[in-house]
Amino acid sequence: MGPAVVAKPQGEGFGLAHYARCFKGIVWREALRFWHQRERFVSALVRPLVWLFIFASGLRSVLGVSIIPPYETYVLYDVYITPGLMAMIALFAGMQSSLSMVYDREMGNMRSLLVSPFPRWFLLTSKLAAGTAVSAAQVYAFLLIAYFWDIEPPSPWGYLSVLPALILAGLMLGALGMLLSSLIKQLENFAGVMNFVIFPMFFASSALYPLWRVRESSPWLAFFSELNPFTHAVELIRFALYEQINFLALAVVLGATIVFLSAAIAAYDPSRGMLKRREGP
Amino acid sequence: MSFSPPDPEAACGQPMGAISSALEVAGVSHSYGKRKALIDVSFSVRRASFCVLLGLNGAGKSTLFSLITRLFAVQKGIIRIFGFDVNRAPGEALRRLGVVFQQRTLDLDLTVLQNLSYHAALHGISAQDTKLRAGFVLDQVAMAGRAHDKARDLSGGQMRRVEIARALLHHPHMLLLDEPTVGLDVKARADILKHVRGLVAQESIGVLWATHLIDEIEPGDDVVLLHEGKILDHGNVAEVAARAGAPDIARAFKRVTGIAGEGTPWDQP
Repeated sequence: MGPAVVAKPQGEGFGLAHYARCFKGIVWREALRFWHQRERFVSALVRPLVWLFIFASGLRSVLGVSIIPPYETYVLYDVYITPGLMAMIALFAGMQSSLSMVYDREMGNMRSLLVSPFPRWFLLTSKLAAGTAVSAAQVYAFLLIAYFWDIEPPSPWGYLSVLPALILAGLMLGALGMLLSSLIKQLENFAGVMNFVIFPMFFASSALYPLWRVRESSPWLAFFSELNPFTHAVELIRFALYEQINFLALAVVLGATIVFLSAAIAAYDPSRGMLKRREGP
Repeated sequence: MSFSPPDPEAACGQPMGAISSALEVAGVSHSYGKRKALIDVSFSVRRASFCVLLGLNGAGKSTLFSLITRLFAVQKGIIRIFGFDVNRAPGEALRRLGVVFQQRTLDLDLTVLQNLSYHAALHGISAQDTKLRAGFVLDQVAMAGRAHDKARDLSGGQMRRVEIARALLHHPHMLLLDEPTVGLDVKARADILKHVRGLVAQESIGVLWATHLIDEIEPGDDVVLLHEGKILDHGNVAEVAARAGAPDIARAFKRVTGIAGEGTPWDQP
């Protein structure tokens, strides 16, 4: 074997440079995969654009949104739902990531990742970060198109100030997707995620209508919407576009990210979680 | 082949001074719910040796591989790779291990080189070393000319060769191959077997080769007979055959397992 090409391991642990290479490799692979599945990018954009151009346009004259923070004036309906559609992109990206992990598991690719000598929490967190980067890129592509529809934040700085919110929302929803991927046994079962996770999360939130309006018609639905972490992801993005911080939303999104990610890491731990109960990762 | 008795108390995860075993499996049992897949399995693989894990489908070979690679946690017993306990020091154990799973694990959308680069990153290898090393291992398996082809464009045998190259990329001391020749034609099987045997001779890599194909065993090999989750015997081929009172390993396996008589696939070709 090639002498001195790569030193044989001598028992020393990994340094920061090794971790950085591993992280870079996982992000690079996700980016490559995304590049190879460009139709994913298009379909990820088509969904919110249909909502924006058709649904919101149809309702903009019917529905007005009163002055609620962070808005200082009345806003048109399409302006109101834009943060919700941005969060929708992150939600679908997280679920797509979950679908990919289930697919990887069925195809055997997941084993390549899991037999890496790096700690599993690091591998999963790196994968999550890679998915979040892809999700954020999709959102910015959506914002670019929305700009030509005259939908933009009040100042150009809004494009920058929304980035941390997009990252946090992407991490939270990606971690949820990762957790779901550990619970789904077969690819065929993924349709259930659409019915039991994506649709309830999206519709029972402030993405399409403000909660005060929901409360007027159904206090119970408003209550559940307030418990829904997706609502807080939407509000975090909404405020960030206006260069403001919604601290309640920030706390909920951070907390939910920690809970979902911890549960996903536990689920992928070979001595605990689903891998222990299932006959194969 | 040597055997070390289970010694959970001594499983400190530290490399032992002069470690003779590349892989040590001691008192390992594993269950899926109530179904017992492995029962008190113990054997070891010497450094720089070719050891065949022989068993029928469903014997527990893949479960054992999943435990060695820490896809599953060891429920009972100890597995050490060069003295490192896979449960307590998984990083140190896994970095010494190259694995070829029974199921194809290449990313079909990536090129051969991209698959190798991804694997290298998962072992913390720098881009420069990856480039050098990938060229070398692909050359070893005669796949250097396909480095930029997508994995999905390769034949089954070529994919296997790439998977072997990938498993060797991080310079492992021990190689696990789970039914690596299943589904391949006779020539591809022979080529892969010859290449892996060459690794043992030329690069002192310990190999655990799981198979149900008796003709992949050679007289000088070590062999572990696994049947219904239990180790029936292990040792040099000649020793195992002699202990079973059989003239060859095929008949020894039939005798110790009690499987069907003449005319089965277990007869020597």
